[in-house]
Amino acid sequence: MATALQTSTVDLAARFPNKAAADTRPGFTGFIVNKENLIEVATAVRDEFGYDLLTAVTAVDYIAENKMEVVYHAYKTTGGPGLTFKVQAERVDPIEVPSLINIWAGADFQEREAWDLYGIKFTGHPDLRRILMWEGYEGHPLRKDWKEPFFEEEVKPFKSRWPEGKHTFAEQKNPYRDNLNFPKDFDPENFVVEKEEDLYASLERHTTKDIEGNMKTDHIVVNMGPHHPSTHGVLRVAVTLDGETIIGLKPVMGYLHRNHDKIGERNTYLQNIPYTDRLDYFNSMSNNFGYVTTVEKLMKIPVAERAEYIRVIMAELSRVQNHLIFIGMLMNDLGTMYTPSLYAFEERELILDIFEAVSGARMMCNYYRFGGVVRDIPDDVLQKIKDLVLERIPAKTDEMERFLNENEILVARLKGIHVLNAEDAIKFSVTGPVLRASGVPYDIRRADPYSIYDRFDFDVAVRHNGDMMDNYLIRFDEIRQSLRILEQAIKQMPQGPINSQKPAYQVRVPAGEAYGRIESPKGELGFYLVSNGKPNPYRYHVRPASFVNLTAVETMCKGAKIADFVALLAMLDIVMGELDR
Amino acid sequence: MYGKGLLKSLKVTWDRFWDTYTEDISWMLRGKKRYNTVEGVAHRSSKNTRGIFTVQYPEEQLIQPEESRFIPFLVFNEGADGKKEVLCTSCGICAKVCPPQCIWIVRSNDPVTGRPVPEPTEFYIDADICMNCGFCAEYCPFDAIKMDHDFAIASYGRNIYNMQKLLKPSSYYESIRPQNFKIEEEARKAKEAAKAAKAEAAASAPAA
Repeated sequence: MATALQTSTVDLAARFPNKAAADTRPGFTGFIVNKENLIEVATAVRDEFGYDLLTAVTAVDYIAENKMEVVYHAYKTTGGPGLTFKVQAERVDPIEVPSLINIWAGADFQEREAWDLYGIKFTGHPDLRRILMWEGYEGHPLRKDWKEPFFEEEVKPFKSRWPEGKHTFAEQKNPYRDNLNFPKDFDPENFVVEKEEDLYASLERHTTKDIEGNMKTDHIVVNMGPHHPSTHGVLRVAVTLDGETIIGLKPVMGYLHRNHDKIGERNTYLQNIPYTDRLDYFNSMSNNFGYVTTVEKLMKIPVAERAEYIRVIMAELSRVQNHLIFIGMLMNDLGTMYTPSLYAFEERELILDIFEAVSGARMMCNYYRFGGVVRDIPDDVLQKIKDLVLERIPAKTDEMERFLNENEILVARLKGIHVLNAEDAIKFSVTGPVLRASGVPYDIRRADPYSIYDRFDFDVAVRHNGDMMDNYLIRFDEIRQSLRILEQAIKQMPQGPINSQKPAYQVRVPAGEAYGRIESPKGELGFYLVSNGKPNPYRYHVRPASFVNLTAVETMCKGAKIADFVALLAMLDIVMGELDR
Repeated sequence: MYGKGLLKSLKVTWDRFWDTYTEDISWMLRGKKRYNTVEGVAHRSSKNTRGIFTVQYPEEQLIQPEESRFIPFLVFNEGADGKKEVLCTSCGICAKVCPPQCIWIVRSNDPVTGRPVPEPTEFYIDADICMNCGFCAEYCPFDAIKMDHDFAIASYGRNIYNMQKLLKPSSYYESIRPQNFKIEEEARKAKEAAKAAKAEAAASAPAA
């Protein structure tokens, strides 16, 4: 089945002669579309060829060729491989590329990100503001000619560390002894966030109304966060309210931004693995999985058979604990402080014990390597996994369901509160449990199988109402399906080596590009890599599920009550480490 | 009936509450201590754990698995006259593989021959920047740098570890990672035996 799906027949170059051409650079795939014809071609990609899900939009700075390239990855929600198309523009400011926001609304945040980090103006984008960097920021940090404040060298390893061991601390160079630099003449006392008005202007404006002649009402703008206990970290949301009803909403993010992509481009391929742990810090195993799969795609190396099973076991255990935490923290957000979340944490702790025993760390696992994993599962740990998967977690999941699912207060808070319908979910490039809860059975493990997921018998969890109750229940379904996969994987796991490669701290990656994606517990986790044959990636881009899913938050929350907003946000299961990168 | 679900929920919390006491009583009747013992902590992190789950740090501590990893340390063998035989040859692989680049090593040259001295002159790890990834220990070809088990290292100041702070005897390494130590010792012995056999063969070859 998988092989039949994997043959792409779309030839944009044949369909649009003179408007699109196949990308012939060695190691590259897809099509290069003329900038002028982008809208036309993209419309055909969606309507004629049926690629309804635009998952990733990103840019690459080819400074040597004086070009900027915007890369689009489109997929079908019915499954199968994707279609990659690119647009190139002269690297002379202003760099302008037409916005695809009217074709795929999910391009919204990702285009804003490309504007912020690369300075590509997407013409036709209604709200092209900075998204990750702060408002007063100058420059576009992912450009190859941009250097960070305490720039040492273009790539790691830095030569100063060995053999001379000369090293000055970054903080010594700064008069404030802090890792910051400010624009010239920056005066924090008198700094005014000028662009702040743009944020509020992007919200729907309001008029004062008279109700029954004499009572005057007004809409108010409320800022939730960045320091708000229910925004799962430092996310700020500007909300316009009519009474208690949300009529407009804009998320503001970037408070945890550390330019993960730039760090990744300075790192060697291997050095990136522990950095991916820190993206979605609940699921470092999944993040590792996504990254190594992509690099293996580029390197064209096989994965050791036993390691494939170990990888799947770890990734699915990670999904189980992520969903348990989701359920627990959702209860926290709904106001039932601590009891359910601590019950969930109990099971999670047991799973983290396993992670610690195999990888050495509970959360920052750093367990996967190119071609396999770092070490084998010891027998006693395997026994513990069996005990948990076959006995404890199924029983505890049942208990959790008994505990919560029929609780009248919970049902009243969740049932019938609309989250997303299928059309909107696809339009906004939402992936993961939220998409499946609105009735789209799209799971990358089935739709475009990676690793060895095509060997397991499991169902894609799907629910059809698209309300909060379904979004909540689907997590239980997914835990059950993960347990099914785990059971089979444990049973089928062969003996053998755990890595197909010799351990090497410097891997050879041939020139080319690769987009690898996995079904992380939160949705599609994609990595886009461009290699130029050097030890460091030329372009390293993360397409996090949390970030793209948040594009839909405005549509989700419009018309809902402010009290439900916290729960609606919880449904997206965002993690700021991944969202802000 | 409205409220049935609530009662069901309460039953679960009630059962959990009750479990703690039945568990305590059953441990007591068996004459065992559930708290402040290794056995008790091990039971609480097994699949059979029921009732209260908390491990009361610092009175009790979770059992650390062997692979558990925190800030690295340098291994030395204790020589006959109490001399520290540092295994590190200052080859620099750990400094090169380190993702946040928090290791820096000073390698010096022999003043007579002008060739590099294998033992590092200085070796620093910036423990505030170290991300405990374990790459240095994983890729060290001489088993000279290993990950520690000591996690209680919070302090108010800047933590830059020098050789003095980093060096720990191989007996300590054996005590925290017995399995790994055994495997590495065996590999080393096998290698030495192979080397000796090769030397022997080379010595006997011209005679034959």
